Amino acid sequence: MNLPTAQVSSQHLSSQARVVLRAEDVWKSYDDGAISVLKGVNFEAAEGQTVALCGPSGCGKSTLLHLFGGLDSPDRGRVSVNGIEVNRHRNLLRLLRHEVGFVFQLHNLIPDLTLEENCLIPTVAAGVGRRTAQARLNQLAERTGLSHRLGHRIQKLSGGERQRTALCRALMNQPKILLADEPTGSLDEHTSGAVFELLLDTVATEGVTLVMATHDRGLAKRCDRLLEMRDGRIHEPVSA
Amino acid sequence: MIFLKLIVTNLRRHRIRSFISIAGIAFSVAAMLTVVTILQGAIGMFSGILSSDSEIIVFERNVSDLFFSNVPAAAVEEISSWPMVAHADPVLFGIVSSADHPVITCFGVTAADARIRKATWLAGDRLAFAQHSDDVVLGERAAEFLGAKLDDHVPIGHGVFHVIGILKTSNGFEDGGVFMPLNSAQSFFHKEGASSVITVKLRNKDDAALFKAMVKATFPNLIGLEDAEFTRSYSQFRILKATAWAIGGCGLLMGGLGVANTMIMSVFTRIREIAILRVCGFSNTQIAAMIFGESTVVSLFGAALGLLTGTCLLLVLKQVPVLHGYVDVTIQPVVVLTVILLALLTGIAGALYPAAYAMRIRAVEALRFE
Repeated sequence: MNLPTAQVSSQHLSSQARVVLRAEDVWKSYDDGAISVLKGVNFEAAEGQTVALCGPSGCGKSTLLHLFGGLDSPDRGRVSVNGIEVNRHRNLLRLLRHEVGFVFQLHNLIPDLTLEENCLIPTVAAGVGRRTAQARLNQLAERTGLSHRLGHRIQKLSGGERQRTALCRALMNQPKILLADEPTGSLDEHTSGAVFELLLDTVATEGVTLVMATHDRGLAKRCDRLLEMRDGRIHEPVSA
Repeated sequence: MIFLKLIVTNLRRHRIRSFISIAGIAFSVAAMLTVVTILQGAIGMFSGILSSDSEIIVFERNVSDLFFSNVPAAAVEEISSWPMVAHADPVLFGIVSSADHPVITCFGVTAADARIRKATWLAGDRLAFAQHSDDVVLGERAAEFLGAKLDDHVPIGHGVFHVIGILKTSNGFEDGGVFMPLNSAQSFFHKEGASSVITVKLRNKDDAALFKAMVKATFPNLIGLEDAEFTRSYSQFRILKATAWAIGGCGLLMGGLGVANTMIMSVFTRIREIAILRVCGFSNTQIAAMIFGESTVVSLFGAALGLLTGTCLLLVLKQVPVLHGYVDVTIQPVVVLTVILLALLTGIAGALYPAAYAMRIRAVEALRFE
């Protein structure tokens, strides 16, 4: 393969680091090829790394995250997560239940359920026992400062609390990788900083690999790596 | 627990829609229960007429309706003489009419008939029955709607009859019927020397098979059936039962369409929510189970409400004077179970398409565009 982007996106990996996310010459288009979103992306991320993907809207950041989460499949190329090849039909449930957690720009919580019930959903899907799930929830709620809000419905929570709830839910099944698609995009500056701080702190404590799409370069620079996406390619590294 | 909460939450979220759907199933169940119970009650009553103090019914083979059956008097005499027979009573059925009542069941019976012997005589003397050809005995309800009292002369059909007694029975058909001496009935209905059936009481019930074989051998054009056999095989009963279940089935089909509509709306209005569940790791089976769970809850509530409504309706119908004695509100457990099962199946069938649709929702599209 003669794709400079592959070298670019993996040059910050140390020789001992175990690669948990890998994209090899990934292409993705929509509308029968009319809209080409990813054009031969190569990417690697090591265990425990935090990686920020920056770039203008429509450059393919979210699409790349969706491919890593198995929510979509590439037209061409290979995507693997923690050694599991992502295939929409095979491995998908294992991927979503145990390997990957998602945090979106909009919190995507179920409004009629309480904070606690929302967080327990992934454990129901994965068939985790109630006690184990509850213990894990208590641990995460304490870490994110939500212990006193467990029984509250989502409508009663502030924007920051909702996003912290989404973070708890994403980490309930102890995934190795957290995919965050503009996680602070809908928050004000102050709340955004606080949530991002918590995000970094939590992934560091949990030893989770974070790949985050963001427009906020100030926040992005605090990640281990900052990658620029433009026109469906990862173009150049920017030192964090 | 969370899974159940997801099911119930969605139903509670759209309370009116859920209630309408439950009401649809409830009305269907109530309709089915009412129609089936009334018809089974009617069948039970008709069977009761035939099996009054008897175990076997003998009638003409291959007739579609007992009103068309002709059993010769010679058969009655012959069968009465068989050693295993305790007594054999000929009964002639006919339909008569009066000014306001186009259909009155008429029973042509002998004085020895169990219906005459065992009924409660409200007026008149049982021993006076069949003394004169124009004598009739009225069931209590028949006397009521004909406005007749003891010793009155009432116009029935093309004749005028002398009321020599009024009796009460627990059977609606008998209570609303007219009892004539067999000879008079034969003459009235132009069936001289014939009856519709012979009701037979055996000395020993174990001789039933032997008796039936003897009927077959002696009278090839007649058939003897035990009461239960007759109820099962009589074509009119089968048609009635099939009609009742078909009417109820149509009702449930309408209810099922209601459930389908509710579940389709339920899926369409929360595509994003289903996408979130997918992102959280819900499998196709879990998504489908959630949709089927909702429809099952709707069906169960509908079935419970329908059973309650149907039972109340039957109790009300039983109190209506004109239907007195005709409505048997004994709801058979098998009917209840069948109705619940059909309601559940209806609910599941109604959720098939919505569940399939929900399983096809792609999280990435739902989260991106909705």
